[in-house]
Formats: sequence, structure tokens, C-alpha cells
Amino acid sequence: MYKSSILKTKIFTLLRICAVFLTLTAFSIPAFSQEEHAEGAEKKFEPSEVILEHIADSHSLHIIGHTHLPLPVIIYTDKGLEIFSSARLAHEAGEHETEAGIYKGNYNYKLVNDKVKIVNETGEIDEAATGKLYDFSITRNVVSMWMSIAFLLIIFLSVSSAYKKRQGKAPKGLQSFIEPIILFVRDDIARPNIGYKYQRFMPLLLTVFFFIWINNLIGLVPFFPGGSNLTGNIAVTLVLSVITLLVVNLNGNKHYWQHVFVPGDVPVWIWPLWWVIELVGIISKPFALMIRLFANITAGHIIVLSLISLIFVFKSFAIAPVSVAFVVFMDVLELLVAALQAFIFTLLTALFIGTAIEEHHH
Amino acid sequence: MIGSIAALGAGLAVIGAGIGIGQIGGKACEGIARQPEAASKIQTAMIIAAALVEGVALFAVVVSFLGLK
Repeated sequence: MYKSSILKTKIFTLLRICAVFLTLTAFSIPAFSQEEHAEGAEKKFEPSEVILEHIADSHSLHIIGHTHLPLPVIIYTDKGLEIFSSARLAHEAGEHETEAGIYKGNYNYKLVNDKVKIVNETGEIDEAATGKLYDFSITRNVVSMWMSIAFLLIIFLSVSSAYKKRQGKAPKGLQSFIEPIILFVRDDIARPNIGYKYQRFMPLLLTVFFFIWINNLIGLVPFFPGGSNLTGNIAVTLVLSVITLLVVNLNGNKHYWQHVFVPGDVPVWIWPLWWVIELVGIISKPFALMIRLFANITAGHIIVLSLISLIFVFKSFAIAPVSVAFVVFMDVLELLVAALQAFIFTLLTALFIGTAIEEHHH
Repeated sequence: MIGSIAALGAGLAVIGAGIGIGQIGGKACEGIARQPEAASKIQTAMIIAAALVEGVALFAVVVSFLGLK
């Protein structure tokens, strides 16, 4: 009797999930209407252009269809700070490469390839002045990062307050969902690799793990507010790997640095070569972390976007079921990659920290 | 022409990744066949090694992106 009711709920849930995915095929149809320009002026669909536009950062939030929410552009030049809406720099609606607006502030600003550049009166890019321009804009990636930070704070503050309130009692609700994951990070990532001093580094490892995982997941959601390629932005992964670099090298004990600069049992004339190799090793390990995360996530997005672009390249509805089936498969694989990349980043960070603080034993 | 050389380079890198991860998977299957009790440990090690090998292959993809623009 028990079994039949459980089976019923499983089948029902499966049917609901299938229904959701089938309705997604309906969304491939409205997208066609963007192809209709003036009669006879049909622009050829350029998949690489569309894909790169979706991967890259942008100064406005794309909500649905042609609705864009312009975000503030914050620029610091040598003439001071300027804040204005990116609507002043926007393209005209519905077409790609028309005249982008020029905003006349202290300088004349124009969006070139989604980057703010300074142009002079004739419209040419002034490279020298653009080099001195610091762009602190709130872009789509920044908004997505704030959203994931809010997510993380809500989840973990509520879990930690639940632990305080329910001292000594069994975990309940969100607590019981998060607890096994935290224990997994502690018992399978931190303790085996760092040793008995793992407690100090648990906050860092947990933060890195959940930050990367949640941002990967938000990037997979195809509609607003998800869909921005945050962990596929090399600046973000650069910062994460710089954090790893700093933590590993600032926590290196005497034995670690001794091994880098004064190796034992190595002839003295090799030492300069040894220093070069070791220093390159110190830099290249976080560098690999950065590239690995960036490339995995970006490649996943590109694959999904390419498969959807197949529908536009072939210009037929018949492709849509095949394409969406492939895309669903790739998206499920991307779910695995999202969790796996977070795990690998955290694991390697723990490994590097472990090598930096391990005791000397001959 | 540059674009297609970049694509060729990415394709060559994928050959390396395919061979590497295939080897990992094969050895992992052999290991599990020899000792089924250790299956979950072998599987974890396989996944980690596969992610590292794939990282290297994606270095090459990133470099081919640089060749695009």
C-alpha cells in the first residue's frame, strides 16, 4: 500500500517535470519574430555574434523580449566621477549595429563592443583617454552577483539562527538540507587535505564552494533574473584565484618557504633555476584554478546557446524538438559541471592550503 | 583564416581530452570490476581526475577564443 502511493507521487512529479520541459519548446516560436525587419532587408543570423553577446557582460538587464532595464554606468576619469544611465548609450531598439548613442559628460562616451570608450567629436575612439578611464559600472554580472550574495546570506543566516535556536535538537527544514553539504565539505575536502588545523579555513572553503555553486546554477537559468554568466567572467574567477593565492602564501609556514627558496639536497648551481620553477609553480596553480572554472562554465553556456541557435540557422520548427532535447541533456550535464567545478575549486584550494601548512616530517 | 585555425586548435585539444578521460574511465571501470566494494572511492577519484584533465583541454579552448578576435 505504501509502495503504490510513493510510486504515484513519483510518476506525478515526473509528468510535471516533462510537462514543464515540453512547454519550453513553445518558447522557440516567439523568438522568430525578432527576425522580421523591413521587407526584403532580412539580416542573416550570425550565431557567433549572438552567442558572444550572451556570454559577455552588458550594461543593461535583458528582461524579456525587447525589454531592457538600463543599469547605471559609473565612470572615473581624470576629470572626476560620472554616473549616468546606460539608456543614454543604448542602441536603438530591435537592431544590432546601428548608431550607439553618445553621452556627453566630461568626455564623450560611447559603447563599443559593450565597453565604454571615449570618443572625440568626429566619433573616433580616443585611445589615450580611454586608457585612463576606470569603469565601475553596475553591469549585469554585478547585479547577478548581488542577487547570489543575497541568496547566500538569506540561506545561511537562517540556517545558523536555526542552529542557535534549536540547540541540541535534531536539525529541521533548510538546516537538514544544508548540514550534509557542510559536513561533506568538512569531512571530504577540508579534513583530509588540511589536517588537524582545518577549522581556521572552513569559512573560506565553505564560502568559495557555495558561492561558485550558486553562481553556476543561477547562470544556467535561461530567463530573468538568472542567465548571466558570472563565473564565466574571467575577472570574477581571477579574484577567487587571487584569494586562494593570498591565503596559501600568507599561511605558508617556515618549512613551505624553505622548500621554495632553500631546497635541501640540491646542488647550489641549480638554485636559480629552482627559484624560477618554484615561483612559476606558485603562480600557475591559482592561474589554473581561474582558467578551469572560467572555461568550463563559459564552454557550457556556449554549447547550450549553439544548440539553440541551430533552430535559427535552419529556420524551421522541425528542428526545435531535437534542439530542445539536446539542450535539456546539455543542461543536465551542466548541472553536474556546476557542482563539480565548485567541488574541484574548493578541493584544490584545500590541497594547496594543506601543502602550505603541513608540518615537516622526514 | 585565423578563425578556422583557432577552431582546428580547439579540435586537436579535444582529441587529447577525449583520450585522457577515456583512459581514466576505462581504468576506473577495471578497478571497480576487480573490487566492487571500492566502487564509490574509485568513482570519486575518477571524477576528480576527469575534471583536472578537462581543465587542461579547456585551456586550449580558451587560447583558441583569443584567436577569434
